[in-house]
Amino acid sequence: MPYIPHTERDIQEMLDAIGVASTEDLFDEIPANLMIDGLPGVPEGVNEMLLFQEMRKCAREDIGGLCFIGAGAYEHHIPAAVWDVATRGEFLTAYTPYQAEASQGTLQLIYEFQTMMASLMGLDVSNASLYDGSTALAEAILMAVRSQKKSKSKRILVPKTLHPTYRKVVETIVSYQGIILESVDFDKEKGILDPAILEQYAGEDITAMVLPQPNFFGNLEQVDALTDAAHKLNALVIGVVNPTAMALLKEPGSWGAEGADLACGEGQPLGIPLASGGPYFGFLCCKKSFVRQMPGRIIGRTEDTQGRQGFVLTLQAREQHIRRAKATSNICTNQGLAVTAATIYMSLLGQEGLRRVALASHQNLQQLLKLLAEVEGVSVKFSGPHFHETVITLPRSSTDVIQLMAEKGIQGGYDLSQAYPELGHSLLLCVTETKSTEDLVNYVECLRSIL
Amino acid sequence: MSNIPGDLKFAKTHEWVRQEEDGTLTVGISDYAQGLLGDLVFVELAEMENEVKAGDDCSVVESVKAASDVYAPVSGEVIEVNEALSDTPEVVNTDPYGDGWLFKLRPVDDQEIADLMDAETYAEHVAAEE
Amino acid sequence: MSNQSIPLIFEQSCPGRYASMQAPAVDENHCDIPQEFLRTTKATMAETSEMQVVRHYTQLSQRNFSIDTHFYPLGSCTMKYNPRGVQRISQLPGFVARHPLAPMIHSQGFLSCIYELQEILKEAVGMKGISLAPLAGAQGEFVGVSMIRSYHEARGDHERVEILVPDAAHGTNPASAIMCGYKVREIPTNAEGDVDFEALENALGPQTAGIMLTNPSTLGVFERQIKQIAEKVHEAGGLLYYDGANLNAILGRVRPGDMGFDVMHMNLHKTFATPHGGGGPGSGPVAVGERLVPYLPIPMVAKEGNQYRFLTEEDCPDTIGPVTTFVGNAGILLRAYLYARLLGREGMRRVSEFATLNANYLMVKLQEAGFELAFKNRRATHEFIITLQKQAKEKHVTAMDIAKRLLDYGCHAPTTYFPLLVPECFLIEPTETESKEDIEEFIDALIAIRQEIEENPELVTTAPHTLPVTRMDEVRAAKELDVCWSE
Repeated sequence: MPYIPHTERDIQEMLDAIGVASTEDLFDEIPANLMIDGLPGVPEGVNEMLLFQEMRKCAREDIGGLCFIGAGAYEHHIPAAVWDVATRGEFLTAYTPYQAEASQGTLQLIYEFQTMMASLMGLDVSNASLYDGSTALAEAILMAVRSQKKSKSKRILVPKTLHPTYRKVVETIVSYQGIILESVDFDKEKGILDPAILEQYAGEDITAMVLPQPNFFGNLEQVDALTDAAHKLNALVIGVVNPTAMALLKEPGSWGAEGADLACGEGQPLGIPLASGGPYFGFLCCKKSFVRQMPGRIIGRTEDTQGRQGFVLTLQAREQHIRRAKATSNICTNQGLAVTAATIYMSLLGQEGLRRVALASHQNLQQLLKLLAEVEGVSVKFSGPHFHETVITLPRSSTDVIQLMAEKGIQGGYDLSQAYPELGHSLLLCVTETKSTEDLVNYVECLRSIL
Repeated sequence: MSNIPGDLKFAKTHEWVRQEEDGTLTVGISDYAQGLLGDLVFVELAEMENEVKAGDDCSVVESVKAASDVYAPVSGEVIEVNEALSDTPEVVNTDPYGDGWLFKLRPVDDQEIADLMDAETYAEHVAAEE
Repeated sequence: MSNQSIPLIFEQSCPGRYASMQAPAVDENHCDIPQEFLRTTKATMAETSEMQVVRHYTQLSQRNFSIDTHFYPLGSCTMKYNPRGVQRISQLPGFVARHPLAPMIHSQGFLSCIYELQEILKEAVGMKGISLAPLAGAQGEFVGVSMIRSYHEARGDHERVEILVPDAAHGTNPASAIMCGYKVREIPTNAEGDVDFEALENALGPQTAGIMLTNPSTLGVFERQIKQIAEKVHEAGGLLYYDGANLNAILGRVRPGDMGFDVMHMNLHKTFATPHGGGGPGSGPVAVGERLVPYLPIPMVAKEGNQYRFLTEEDCPDTIGPVTTFVGNAGILLRAYLYARLLGREGMRRVSEFATLNANYLMVKLQEAGFELAFKNRRATHEFIITLQKQAKEKHVTAMDIAKRLLDYGCHAPTTYFPLLVPECFLIEPTETESKEDIEEFIDALIAIRQEIEENPELVTTAPHTLPVTRMDEVRAAKELDVCWSE
């Protein structure tokens, strides 16, 4: 029996001890008319070898060639040591560190994660992670509303340069709590927000503003001016950032005169494989004064009864298992395993290594854009500074071009025609450090042959 | 046995009330309540100038394993909060009826004050809970 | 385990050192990003060699209890064996490297697995529709209650503002209902562990949007009046939400859909054996009856001919929307699918059969040994509760003390102090993958600890003694908040 160790003799002895004739008798409190005989719609079981053979074929179908898609998930090199260590059984099959003494490994690791994450963001505090980037933003918005007791409007400014799915996820999650999401349009020439756009809100009650860096188009927002303008409105600033980029670009805590108040985003670039979209992890950091409104788990350092350093879950009274209906969030799990991998990844690379990953990715994109400049009908949509991702416009339907490139083994980018029809035949093109010059040339040749 | 001063009034939810000479009320939590919670690590202070009704939650006291709402024992306006507790929440444990007070109210309904328990009744209430 | 502290990775740093072969070459003279956008500050990140990092985190891992190393009877968490075969197959290059937005022609393998998982799970729970998007059980709850709200609102039924929740429920239930803008009303439990039916009837009314139930409940017993409860709630116009935390107890025997539930989540990291990862990732698919199908969160996978594709907002105009950036915790879904395939229909029934056998055996044996059961007239489901209030009252040794002492015996502690209704309790869930001998070792440990309480209670109240650390100063951790290291 798969994974069940009982012998016939074990079963009989156990039934005798319980005082029943068969295991069926153990279900005698369930009303008989609810019981079913089996699950005919579930296939017969297979053994591990057969499943392995079947799945090897199945997975092979998805090997799609060169990936130039970004749009919130990025293909970076992951050192072998990252998942070798992260999938040790002691990390992989432990649960929430409720028994601190038996969980010091996970707890110390998360404390190290919090330290790296908070300092990468230039903020004081990080939690132990949330589900993914979009849900981390939803939690950040709820947190901002709780923190801004003086702001009664619950109005949140959400730029259209933010990832379109993030905007939808946030709407799904916060819409029943009286929060008003106000869309802020972008400068169609530059593909970024114009800081002057915030002047229209002067004198109004705005709870918070969401500020992506880089934004969905890969463009760099004028975060200093925007942060200062939002703070002038007494709004909190929530940075939504790519963590890899933060080793190269100015971190949220240094934006403008006072810095962003919260920062969140998708942790996937830090050593997590693309893997069809998850499990990834969301991160959320804040200035110290907001820590009690932080959702999710937080690890604190303290001492044991013998004065030795040790780590515990702290501020648990905010959480649902204690506070129930009045908890800061319903969140229960974090994304522990992904955080384990990200912590090992960040430790391996260090700030310098991470900066080089960021810079190499960006330089590769510049090289590709240079090559693309010679392809007739292809142009870069926005001319301002960007980071390892940008919008290019094509002479024909981007949906068709992407389809044709895929057939030739190149995933050419993310089709913008649905989310941003106003941008015409555009696609979002991303390059990371994983692409060689030959890969870039192949991309150009493939695109040229289609056009 | 927990300490229950005879000159105070009490709510079922374990808040105590002291009537000051100027007609305002000082509110805290009882010795019994602090004992149940254990070492406090945080007090979320009431909001100043807030108009509260009897039974509204207006402050939170937090230990490592529990967070408990503190309810307004009577209706009124919050006129002062004990800011010192932000840094020293443990004072609620060590001196619940003195420096561990939580907030002051300007009451609006004398009848509500009269309806609170006296020390003797509260002692019975605590005994029943134990 | 060593009882010396392991220095933080930052304390092992040496300026200028890093795993250089893991970082790509760059041209330092070529950065077109203007200075005003660049970082100028230093972050607190390690400067260490690859071997230092591997050694450090390997040593940290050795400071954990886990299913792979210890008996882990954590009630309500279903800490069963996580098959290595599943883990390995999920790491096949085609699965690991696929971009979530990859073209459909490079996605048919993954999509076929997801589609089949949808079908298997629908069958297992007796529901009509399913979305695998929710990223954890708690998010599944949020999604489920949101759908209940969408359903009532679509019918113009705006007076329903209240969700009923039994007092024994997981804390996530009321927290999720609040996130959906509902008021929460608690329903008491009777002495036998069932919902207080009269109190429920009195609470039902035109304001009732629905009820959230776990069955078997968190008290480790099956709710025997479930049919009547479903009838009453439906009569009042409310819907029933099933918290799938305890699905392991009934897999293949009785289905939430047949019990009368309209919507549910399942915890794949529990019932379907995906790794708990030190506190996640979870995965909380939601399944629904006919009435709620239009509101399911996108994306879902459809099969058209022999092609698979994602359903989007255009296909599902009434969806509550997406709740995840891409498709949910895809890798966890894949693992759950592989586990389901390995078990097959017979294996699924054996899950509940042996989970229940193990729990009842453990319960009966503990009762024989003189431990007090919380519900002694009831069958255990896949878990049960003992109360240690006698030890607490007579010897001043609490359930937490005994939990800590169990660690010295090499057993992870059961869930302590939950559910809150039972004083000084242990919620014990052995799961089906533990052998009779493992269970007996745990019984022996508890009996030995009880003896220690008689002879030397301090040994128990100061436990653990054999782990890298002794008890932690949690008050200090909360008051003098140290959540980030700095030099």
